[in-house]
Amino acid sequence: MSFIEAKNLVHEYFRRDENDNVVDILTAVDNVDMNVEAGQFISILGHNGSGKSTLAKHLNVLLTPSSGTLFVDGKDASDEKNTLDIRQTAGMVFQNPDNQIIASVVEEDVAFGPENIGVPTDEIWQRVEKSLKAVGMWDYREHSPNKLSGGQKQRVAIAGVMAMEPKCIVLDEPTAMLDPDGRKEVLDAVHELNKKKGVTIILITHYMEEVVGSDYVFVMDRGHVVMQGTPREIFSDVETLKEHRLDVPQITELAYELKKSGVDLPDGILTRQELLEALRYLDEN
Amino acid sequence: MLRDITLGQYYPADSILHKLDPRVKLFGTLIYIISLFLFDNIWGILWITLALVCVVRLSKVPFSFMIRGLRSIIILLIVAGVFNLFLTPGQEIASFGIFKITMEGLRNASLMTVRMVYLIIGTSIMTLTTTPNQLTDGLEKSLHGLTKLNVPVHEIAMMMSIALRFIPILIEETDKIMKAQMARGADFESGNIFQKARNMVPLLVPLFVSAFRRAYDLAQAMEARCYNGGEGRTKMKPLKYVSRDRNAYILIFVAFVVTIVLKVVL
Amino acid sequence: MALELKDITYKYSAGTAYEITALDHINVTFPDGEFIGIIGHTGSGKSTLVQHLNGLIKATSGEIIYNGQNIYDKDYSMKELRTQVGMVFQYPEHQLFETTVYDDVAFGPKNQGLDDKDVALRTYEAMEAVGFPQELCDVSPFELSGGQKRRVAIAGVMAMKPAVLILDEPTAGLDPMGRDEILNMLKETHERTGNTVILVSHSMEDVANYADRIIVIDKGQIKYNDTPKNVFKHYKDLEKMGLAAPQVTYFMNDLKNAGMPVSTDATTVQEARDEILKLMGR
Repeated sequence: MSFIEAKNLVHEYFRRDENDNVVDILTAVDNVDMNVEAGQFISILGHNGSGKSTLAKHLNVLLTPSSGTLFVDGKDASDEKNTLDIRQTAGMVFQNPDNQIIASVVEEDVAFGPENIGVPTDEIWQRVEKSLKAVGMWDYREHSPNKLSGGQKQRVAIAGVMAMEPKCIVLDEPTAMLDPDGRKEVLDAVHELNKKKGVTIILITHYMEEVVGSDYVFVMDRGHVVMQGTPREIFSDVETLKEHRLDVPQITELAYELKKSGVDLPDGILTRQELLEALRYLDEN
Repeated sequence: MLRDITLGQYYPADSILHKLDPRVKLFGTLIYIISLFLFDNIWGILWITLALVCVVRLSKVPFSFMIRGLRSIIILLIVAGVFNLFLTPGQEIASFGIFKITMEGLRNASLMTVRMVYLIIGTSIMTLTTTPNQLTDGLEKSLHGLTKLNVPVHEIAMMMSIALRFIPILIEETDKIMKAQMARGADFESGNIFQKARNMVPLLVPLFVSAFRRAYDLAQAMEARCYNGGEGRTKMKPLKYVSRDRNAYILIFVAFVVTIVLKVVL
Repeated sequence: MALELKDITYKYSAGTAYEITALDHINVTFPDGEFIGIIGHTGSGKSTLVQHLNGLIKATSGEIIYNGQNIYDKDYSMKELRTQVGMVFQYPEHQLFETTVYDDVAFGPKNQGLDDKDVALRTYEAMEAVGFPQELCDVSPFELSGGQKRRVAIAGVMAMKPAVLILDEPTAGLDPMGRDEILNMLKETHERTGNTVILVSHSMEDVANYADRIIVIDKGQIKYNDTPKNVFKHYKDLEKMGLAAPQVTYFMNDLKNAGMPVSTDATTVQEARDEILKLMGR
């Protein structure tokens, strides 16, 4: 069994009038099948309102499936008994850095999760130290979160999840409110956790550049998974991406434009280096 | 002006006051407040001033930080001072038309001003040297007995600590929304009191919407981190008395006795 | 006419031990009818700078001249200035407050003291400009999607018909298509009405694609004030300020360093494509 296994997963939001009658049903996640293996770095792409955040919230049991099944680390998310277990296994980082930091001191915030699950005091200290060091925020442990930059706040939030020793971290548009520096900080931290600690990462984003380093990408639109593959495969199909209100990194776009003008380039160029080599090859031949 | 509110702002420093158990600080603050209202003569003022100066020095927090909190209540101070000054009956020492200043008025006004200023400084020292978390931990532990009476002590403490964390954020947000509406020609200054109240709508509605959105986000974030109420929770920094806390209790007690003696003798 | 900053300095907590100089002797002119991009690292002073332009922040020293008048003159009407110099803050949807979209967009024009007919005219005009469907004008703004809210909020400022429109990161948090739609809308309005647009952005690609001129701010000072081409030439210097050039500019430099005879001027995908095609003899 895969680490995360979703089958025919559906989530419906009901809109009700004053008398509690259902007036409208919105299917935010529509028949999604998804398998994620432990240790992978997964990205889920989609425009605003594509259903990607709704899907993500299932992985942490903040929402439960309307129909279909979801297993996280072998545990059924529809079974209430598993809720706290799954939340420990798959931690979640949210978009707004301010709205997920609970304590007024960095280290106390990181301790919040372990405190909730009843970790003994001595071990809390060890976990806080380890987690803050893992995201490079150890020096700020006694600071107030209000004085930190957006990227630093998000790294604290990640440390707060890490302190629960999860196998997987789901990040729901963690960089949407950050400046370019903050975005890079967060991405670097997440990649490091994936590589060094083997944490499975599920990154939800609409920034195309952030997807480049992932193992596998799902693209969502109108609640469906509409494309999936390696970043190279996904970015080979610029036109389909654009149909789903998405974009490609600038270098990929340039390669695509050149190709359209008749330059014989391979599909799915992702980096400057790749494009340079491809053009050089053409130049020499 | 909004930025001047120091309530709930922690000032990190390495001082004995910072290290004290929050329960000691809460108790000390309570005794301090009682003392403030106990004395009514110059010796009392001097004694309390002496005690306050010692505590201020001990805290290693810049004094300017503590008096920042005063700015936000300066209007209140002036109004209350003026009322006391002119409206206390007694021996007249000066008069302006129908307004009379009396000896008692002068005394009351200065006493009241000193009390208010000291009250703010004293409580600021507590909040500046105690993280909101410690503070609420202290409250939670001190009031733990009330859980038997079905008082949700943990929940109240959690709510307080979250409120304290979000005060600065909401203040900043108020500032931003105010500017954004002013850029659309909103006017928060002119008009009579009713117009002013109505003019606040463009500020208050977005502020409430944002507070609710934040509350929702935060609730989700807490749930995602397995928050499940107070039961079965452990603490990173459990409150434990050490010898300096005992000494501090003794000091507070001695100071209180001195206050009472001064009150009785003088 | 123009908006002119003369020797503007702004200090937080001026006169105290915590004094921070946010803007340091800024001299700059925003001529009418330009599309200007302002870039700078977080904390560089760019947001503080633009809030001076409509008097939301008053400079510690210096003068701001708008259409020949000093806005710090005693009898100068700040309210009038704010209808002339419109400002869209970051996440402007957070300022929505009315019960209907129409009322929210009409808030600015009403404050300008226009009569009902003119208010209606401007409100519908602004909604059209931002591409918001008129039939939804009686919906509560809180029921709209994020992207729609953003449009309504921007319309609320555009309805005042400001001669100068300042936007502080208007595309933050939007998806790629939402970003393009907002920026294209701004460009289109700019070309149609000839208004001045001042776009504060973190995205080098966006300012390169849309702005005629780029102002670079670092540590409260203006470092560059030039065309995108000339500014991004100094990409190494920009990097020292925590900024960068668009990816394609880097790529053109890669090509040149690899010995290919190309100009490194390109700042947009189209320019880069054309330059490479030229190189390949097409």
